[in-house]
Amino acid sequence: MVNPIPAAQVSSVKDIAQVEVKPEVKVEIQNLSFFYGRNQVLRNVSLDVPAYQVTAMIGPSGCGKTTLLRCLNRMHDLYPGNRYEGSVRLYPGGTDILGPGMDPIRVRMRFGMVFQKPNPFPKSIYENVAYGLRLQGMNKRRDLDERVEKALRESALWDEVKSRLHQLAHNLSGGQQQRLCIARAIATDPDVVLFDEPTSALDPIATSKIEELIVEMKKRVTVIIVTHNLQQAGRISDRTAFMYLGELIEFGETNRLFTNPAKPQTEDYISGRFG
Amino acid sequence: MSFPYESSRRLDKAIERVMVGILRVGGWASVLVTFGIVITLVTESWPFFKAVPVGRLFTDRMWTPLFLEPQYGIGALLAGTLVTTGVALCVAIPLGTLLAIYLSEFAEPRFREVVKPMLELLSAVPTVVYGYFALLTLTPLLQKIYPDLPQFSMLSAGLIMGIMIIPYVTSLGEDSMRSVPMLLREGAFALGDGKLGVALRVVFPGAFSGLASAYVLAISRAVGETMIVAIAAGLQPRFTLNPLESAATVTAFIVQVSLGDLPHGSIGYQSIFAAGAVLFLMTLGFNLAGHILRRRFHRAC
Repeated sequence: MVNPIPAAQVSSVKDIAQVEVKPEVKVEIQNLSFFYGRNQVLRNVSLDVPAYQVTAMIGPSGCGKTTLLRCLNRMHDLYPGNRYEGSVRLYPGGTDILGPGMDPIRVRMRFGMVFQKPNPFPKSIYENVAYGLRLQGMNKRRDLDERVEKALRESALWDEVKSRLHQLAHNLSGGQQQRLCIARAIATDPDVVLFDEPTSALDPIATSKIEELIVEMKKRVTVIIVTHNLQQAGRISDRTAFMYLGELIEFGETNRLFTNPAKPQTEDYISGRFG
Repeated sequence: MSFPYESSRRLDKAIERVMVGILRVGGWASVLVTFGIVITLVTESWPFFKAVPVGRLFTDRMWTPLFLEPQYGIGALLAGTLVTTGVALCVAIPLGTLLAIYLSEFAEPRFREVVKPMLELLSAVPTVVYGYFALLTLTPLLQKIYPDLPQFSMLSAGLIMGIMIIPYVTSLGEDSMRSVPMLLREGAFALGDGKLGVALRVVFPGAFSGLASAYVLAISRAVGETMIVAIAAGLQPRFTLNPLESAATVTAFIVQVSLGDLPHGSIGYQSIFAAGAVLFLMTLGFNLAGHILRRRFHRAC
C-alpha cells in the first residue's frame, strides 16, 4: 500500500535510466600513479573513458597528460626505471592492462597511437599501413590489399595516394603523412586510438582535416586525445579531462567543463590565467 | 651619429672574415690535394699509355711488365684485388652489420661504451702486424683444415683484412642507426612490434644511407689495402678467382716494384702509375656508386 510498485520493477527501471545517462565505459583508470625512477609524475588518477566518444586531456606542459596517455599502451615499458601503480581496465572484458603477466605487446595491439610529429616508416605508403596487419599475422595479399584500402579511405587519404601506393611515404606532405599514420593506427581495428598532440606540427588546413577525421572516427572507435590547444579540445571532444601537476583536477562533458568549470584551477586555466 | 658598440662590432666582423678565410683554405686544401694526386697519376702514367695501347690492358692474359717480352693484362692484378676484397667484405659486412645492430639496439649503454672504443682499436693495429698475423698464424691454422692451401693465399689475407675493416662498418653503421629518431621506433613499438622487429624493419632501412656509406668506405679501404696482401697473399700476378690460391693485388705489385731498383722512366717503373690509375678509377667508381645509393635512400631518413 505504501509502495504499490514491486521492488524488482523499480530496480529494473533504475537500471535502464542509468544506462541512458551513463555511457558505456571503454577504459577504466583507477588510482593510477606513475613514477619515472623516484619522480612521481601521476598521482592517483581515476577516470572512466567512455566508449565511442572523443575524450580530450588538457593541462599545462608537464602536467602529466602525455604520461597518462602513454600508460594506456604501456609505452613506458620501453624505458628502464618506470613503474605503474593502480589499474587500467579495458572493456569489454575488464582485463587490467597493467596487471602482472600482461604482455605490453598484446596491449599495444589493441591501442592505436598517433604521435606529435608524423612518423611514417622508411617504407612505401602501402607497407606503412600494412605494418600492424602483418604483425598480427595477416599475410595474404588480397586481405592486406583490402584492409589497407579501407584504412586509407577511413583516413581520407585513399584518393590522394591510390596511384602511388608503392612509393616512399616520405614523399607525402606533412598533413598527408599524419593521415597516413592515422591509417596505420586504425588499420588493425584497435579498441582505442590514442592521439598525442597530433596536430602540433601541422598547418591550420591540415589540422582541420585531422580534426574532421577524429570526429568521424568515433563512430567506430574510442578516441583519447592529448592537446595543448583548448579550442581543439572544445571543437572535437565530447569529454575533457583537465590535469595539473600530475593530478586529475576535473573531468566532465566538454561543454559543461568549458562553460561552467567546477574547480577554480580549471577556470583559471581555460580562461588563460596560467599555463 | 654613432652607435655605442660600433668598434666591437667592427672587430667581430674582422674576426669572422678571418675565420671564414681559414675554413675556406681548409676546404680547398683537400680539393687541391686530390687534384694533385690525379695530375701526378695522369702525367706519370701518360708515357706508359703512349708506349702501351690501352686495349692491351684488357686483352693480355698476364701481367709481366718487367719481362723481356712484357705483357700488360691488368686483369691478373685486378683479380687479386677483387678476390681479396671480396673475401674481406664477406667477413666485414655481415659481422660488422650484426655488431652495429646489436650495439645500437640491444646492448646496455655501459657495455657499448666499453666495446666501441675497443673495436675501434682493431683499425689502429698496424697493417704490417695484420699481415704477419695472417701469414704466420692464420695460414697455418687454415692449412690444418685444408692442407693444400699454399703458404701465400688470398683467403688468409682477405679474412684478416675483413677483421681489420669491421670497425669501419660497425662504427659508422652504429652511428647511423642510433641517429634514427626514437619517434620512428616508438611508432613501430606502438603497433605491437618487438625489439628485433623494430631493429630489422624500421631502424635498418632508416639507417640504410649511413650503412651504405659505411660499406663503401670498407670497400675502398679493402681495395687500397697494401701491407696485408703484400705479405700474406703472394706477389705473383695470377689470373684467378680462386681465393685458395696466391696472387698479387694491384697494390702489392706497386709496393713490390717501387721497392726494387727499376730505373726511373722505364716502362716497368711507369707501369706502377698505370696500375695506380686503374686502382684510383676503381675506388672512384665505388664511391660514386655509394653516393648514388645514399642519395636514393637519403629521403628515407
